[in-house]
Amino acid sequence: MSRAMVAASTSQRREKRGPKVGTTGPQITVTVQRGGPEGPGRKQQFQVPAYDNQTVLDVVSWIQQNADPTLTYRFACRVGMCGSCAMMVNGVPRWTCRTHVSKVLQDGAMEVAPLRNLPVIKDLAADMDTFFDKWVSAEAVHHPTASRDDPIAPIDPEAPERVTASAGIECINCAVCYAACDTVANNPDYLGPAALQRAWTLYNDAKDGAQDTILDAVSGKGGCHSCHSMGSCTAYCPNELDPLSAIAGLKRATTRRFFGKGRA
Amino acid sequence: MSEFHLYMAQRLSALVMAPFVLVHIGVMIYAIQGGLTAAEILGRTQGSVFWFLFYGMFVVAVSIHAAIGLRTILSEWAGLRGAVLNLTALAIGAILFAMGAQAVYAVTATGAA
Repeated sequence: MSRAMVAASTSQRREKRGPKVGTTGPQITVTVQRGGPEGPGRKQQFQVPAYDNQTVLDVVSWIQQNADPTLTYRFACRVGMCGSCAMMVNGVPRWTCRTHVSKVLQDGAMEVAPLRNLPVIKDLAADMDTFFDKWVSAEAVHHPTASRDDPIAPIDPEAPERVTASAGIECINCAVCYAACDTVANNPDYLGPAALQRAWTLYNDAKDGAQDTILDAVSGKGGCHSCHSMGSCTAYCPNELDPLSAIAGLKRATTRRFFGKGRA
Repeated sequence: MSEFHLYMAQRLSALVMAPFVLVHIGVMIYAIQGGLTAAEILGRTQGSVFWFLFYGMFVVAVSIHAAIGLRTILSEWAGLRGAVLNLTALAIGAILFAMGAQAVYAVTATGAA
């Protein structure tokens, strides 16, 4: 949780933020899941003023700042870069800072809950530990081929392997794909789309020196072969990345290695 | 056997099964065009090394393929893990093979012409 921050009450800005609870005008009904790691929490309803331009994160922040300061949630950058604020919105995993309320509102109401497939710390803050632990388990970490004393090797951005790697490197670790994945839901060992996609980008990275280590890591229990290619990861990725194809790439690479062939 | 080896075994058994399924269905549709009795079918299959090998390999592939697939389903839907999961899958594979082998034996090996 080091890179993210749990929202604290910002009373100084409250006065400028607009109407207080009970203000007349268009309102939206927001159902928020509350509670800690003990199980499915209780649901609490809030009436939140509706504005023309309003993100789901704005709504959650409004509740925390104006209705219930004990509401716990997580955000940092508010511009879709840090990957901290993902939540379930009407049952769908979304980055809340870049999700416009008008896009998700159903009959003037919406429901917000913590990310699926992860333990809950409190209210809307999910425990990301297992998600990141699985990145390490997938060897989705850089394995250097040179030290800082060596000259920097030139990389051709147009090289096919570099293009393949580049397709997946804009992952912001928001865990939306992990929450969307039904295989994760049913198989606790499964490493998940984000970790496997990072393993795939490193496998294709000319500066990574441990291709076999990566393929070993993704061939074990809960590795890429557990994927059923349902594609929820690719369907819900807010950055429009394609973990489904990355995982298919890992399956191909492990199969090629099985038949004694090198990289495609 | 690792998850990867199970994955490969299931894919390779599918590779074996694909042409068998096509031939099986194709021959079935072709053979019954003029009307065919069970006795006529058995007359052609019994004692045939070709059909023994064809359906023998088919049964082996099905037993491997289905047992691995059901193992995944039992794990994800029924929550089976570890030895219970592996033994159940192994039993499913053994039962499928026994039933298939019995059928292959009856249709191709007995009463050889």
